[in-house]
Amino acid sequence: MSLLEIEGLNLSIGKLPILKNVNLTIEAGEVRGLVGESGSGKSMTALSIMQLLSGSMTATGRITFNDIDILGATEDQMNALRGDDIGMVFQEPMTALNPVKTIGAQVAEGIRWHTNVSRAEAEDRTRRILDRVGLPEAKFPMSRFPHQLSGGQRQRVVIAIATALKPKLLIADEPTTALDVVLQAQILDLLRELVHEDRSGLLLISHDLAVVTDMSDTITIMRNGEVVDEGETARVLVDQTHPYTRQLAQASMHVPELRQDPAALRIAAARHAHDKAGLLLRVANVSKDYPGERTGIFSRAKPFRAVDDVSFDLKPGESVALVGRSGCGKSTLARAILALDPPTSGRVELDSVDIAKMNDAELMPHRRKMQVVFQDPYGSFDPRHTVERLISEPLHLMAQKPTTAERRDMVQQALAEVGLPADAMDKYPHEFSGGQRQRLSIARALITRPKLIIADEPVSALDVSIRAQVLDLFAELNHRLGVAYVFITHDLTVARAITDRVMVMHEGRIVEEGVTSEVLDHPKSDPAKALVAAAPDLRRAIKRRLGEQG
Amino acid sequence: MSEAARRPDSIVYMAFTNRSFVIGFAITLFITLMALLSFVWTPYDVTVLPVANRLKPPSPEHWLGTDHFGRDVLSMIMVGARNSIAVALVAVGIGMLIGVPLGCWAAARGGWIDEILMRFNDLVFAFPALLSAIMITAIFGPGAINAIIAIGIFNIPIFARVARAGAVSLWPREFILAARASGKGQALITVEHILPNIASLLLVQATIQFAIAVLAEASLAYLGLGAQPPMPSWGRMLFDAQTRMIVSPTLAIFPGLAIVITVLGLNLLGDGLADVLDPKLRRER
Repeated sequence: MSLLEIEGLNLSIGKLPILKNVNLTIEAGEVRGLVGESGSGKSMTALSIMQLLSGSMTATGRITFNDIDILGATEDQMNALRGDDIGMVFQEPMTALNPVKTIGAQVAEGIRWHTNVSRAEAEDRTRRILDRVGLPEAKFPMSRFPHQLSGGQRQRVVIAIATALKPKLLIADEPTTALDVVLQAQILDLLRELVHEDRSGLLLISHDLAVVTDMSDTITIMRNGEVVDEGETARVLVDQTHPYTRQLAQASMHVPELRQDPAALRIAAARHAHDKAGLLLRVANVSKDYPGERTGIFSRAKPFRAVDDVSFDLKPGESVALVGRSGCGKSTLARAILALDPPTSGRVELDSVDIAKMNDAELMPHRRKMQVVFQDPYGSFDPRHTVERLISEPLHLMAQKPTTAERRDMVQQALAEVGLPADAMDKYPHEFSGGQRQRLSIARALITRPKLIIADEPVSALDVSIRAQVLDLFAELNHRLGVAYVFITHDLTVARAITDRVMVMHEGRIVEEGVTSEVLDHPKSDPAKALVAAAPDLRRAIKRRLGEQG
Repeated sequence: MSEAARRPDSIVYMAFTNRSFVIGFAITLFITLMALLSFVWTPYDVTVLPVANRLKPPSPEHWLGTDHFGRDVLSMIMVGARNSIAVALVAVGIGMLIGVPLGCWAAARGGWIDEILMRFNDLVFAFPALLSAIMITAIFGPGAINAIIAIGIFNIPIFARVARAGAVSLWPREFILAARASGKGQALITVEHILPNIASLLLVQATIQFAIAVLAEASLAYLGLGAQPPMPSWGRMLFDAQTRMIVSPTLAIFPGLAIVITVLGLNLLGDGLADVLDPKLRRER
């Protein structure tokens, strides 16, 4: 008898089917990976197991956990299970914790509710479990509030709550998606250790094939609410019998063809050599301070230096990655270059003109040469404007304002450039999918024919297959139009796929830079080594899986 | 209804399936129509004083009775509605016209400008509305115009605050950054991006302020600081009725009811609008 058995689970919201005939089993001590793109029904499967579905959803089929029929269980029976025998770790550690309660109280809550132990004993157990997830009381008193902890520490608290009562089954729904790669590796290690110690089953839900491969013994791949492939992790990924499995695996390791083609690379190299004389962008000794917290009415703490004496050059048509952990100053540097948030000191030269100290009016002709693509395809468009108006927004920078007809022509051309039809012009952003919106975002950046595009995590919010398409688009535009890129990312696969050079940032400084493959294969500095070691890599993970099996 | 309005996700459709909105809208529409009608027709002329007819109880000739000068109470309430709505409308208009730009400016500039504007706001806020109204009418003399100015000034900091709060949460958004990278200045971004996105917030606030302004106008008129006789106003009618409460209680009841119903209607309308326009609530439905 398996620990968890799901047989023929169907779920619909109203009349709309969400899950179709899902089958899944987890044995005690087994780590089961559940992979799929957004909307494939991963989270709905997890919520069905926990019976946390909202009123309009109806589930049919059979879910048995530990010989209990979950779909037939009463709310009281489920309450006894949730948090006791089944623990759950959520994606967003900030919203999964109650901001007005201390971390100690939140961990103890579940213990007291399920075991009826005294307050003192619950506190004692809380102390032990927090120590176990790496938050020893000496350094992290239980009286801390969630906002006093970093993202990774908060996720440890969430894990402490979920594993406090040594559940037989732990469900982790994208537990590391909101964290950077180094924290991701730490949290995954912790999860692995905990389930190994307690011999509990783990259902690990993720969109990242590499993470799941690294962690899980068995894997289930879902698409559009159906299980398409299932089995032992190494088997499934080595054989790749199902076309969708192959598609997912290839998309995760995707490198745009233009960047593999030696001829294209040679042309690019030649172009760089040719342009040796002119630098497109020169960043010299840029620092950015933020005022410290107020410590009194008139006194402030020492200013916080987000970017510390950073210098680098960029040639026309070159593509550079800026990698580093979250909070290392990548985005601050990008804003300084874009003149959105002027640096405290240093020079930012675009085509040999220092733009760091210019006012808005003087900046106008220079802004035309550089544009920006943001991470969040939902937040980067004003929801109340049409696509035509949004994409033509940078045309404001033109010395001569185009006529309405000219503007429509230019928008149409920009849309064609990113592979969207002309009739997209009259729609609103909410009518597009995440990947299409990122294309719109690129179209907006292209409309002034810039020489430089700064892309702040442009693909990290996208599904792997869409991410592959967008990376292809970036490579193609670089090849065809000679646009230079600064890619800000924490994802080394993206850096590898698309950039010539990589710069590693750590605590506001650039600690290492060089040719992408060189730095990523043979990192020299400690921060770079940590990043490379922590980065999930599908090829490496599969190899390790095969090695373990002997 | 047009084809677009009948789609379940259209705002018009949602508005007219929202109970508070429909009731609030109906009451407000009724009061407004009554006020408009009073320009062209009232059952009796409110400027003639047929004293012989004074203090009549409600009857088929005078539905709501007559007052101590023999004037028809229904006619007076109709003309009073005109007065209440006009005062409230202009006062809220003044508040929005000055408050919203101030709030947007504070949000766009930040730093010491923001600090000074908002602390000055707090200062205006600190005076009870009625107190500042009495001060203004004490200086400039009583009258409808001065009541409007007084209530208008009281509305400025409220709109400045709402506009600033909305704008401040929008400024760090990525679409605003993209607009800045397109070289657009603070004024242009405020007009193109900020205002359309805080419009629903301001509309809801305006409805609620409208109700408060109606109430404030009635209070000022009651104190003799609003519209002057012979112009009828609801607050004035309440004051006149006060001394004759024992003889003819209906004199106080009808203008009182008019005030209560109007304020209730506007509050319901505001609640309904907030439900319909709040995207968070909308998603949950």
